[in-house]
Amino acid sequence: MTEMRVFFLFVLSALAAMIGVYLYRVIRGPTVFDRVLGLNGISTKAIILLVVIGTVYNRVDMFVDISTGYALLNLVAALAIAKYLEERGSA
Amino acid sequence: MSLAGIGFILVGLFFLLVAAIGMVRLPDVYTRSHAVGMTDSIGGFFLLTGLALYQGFSTNLVRILIVLALLYLLNPVITHATVRAALRSGLKPWSKEKP
Repeated sequence: MTEMRVFFLFVLSALAAMIGVYLYRVIRGPTVFDRVLGLNGISTKAIILLVVIGTVYNRVDMFVDISTGYALLNLVAALAIAKYLEERGSA
Repeated sequence: MSLAGIGFILVGLFFLLVAAIGMVRLPDVYTRSHAVGMTDSIGGFFLLTGLALYQGFSTNLVRILIVLALLYLLNPVITHATVRAALRSGLKPWSKEKP
């Protein structure tokens, strides 16, 4: 069982490194739309990360509920930001 | 079952890595939206399917599949809304020749 734990810790660290890559795009992005896209990618990684954490600690039932809430919250926030930028009308 | 899950997880990590490389290397919003909208979705699909297979047949499998369906529906919707906002606010697409 311990080698599965090592494998899942590897998956966790790889996902965390990818969040760092997306964070580079959020900070450096030339336009505001690049930042919104980067935040969307980060939230996708965070949803997957929560499910992997639940698998490591054998509490998938609890962590899946948290990640569902995170996904819905991310949908509302991202759609509101996109609608605002569309109505404001300047790149 | 567990071995198939590990294979799916590795394939999903590969796709997520390609999406991360595309996010850094591609030139503008419209091309980067391909990395986030499509490659990220398929990577999350493979990774969550692998985790569901690793769980075996239980209620946890159904829960993970619900998260998978949610992710696979919402990620393209958000990307589409962002790109539509970029297009309607007048951002020019990237082209190779500098004007």
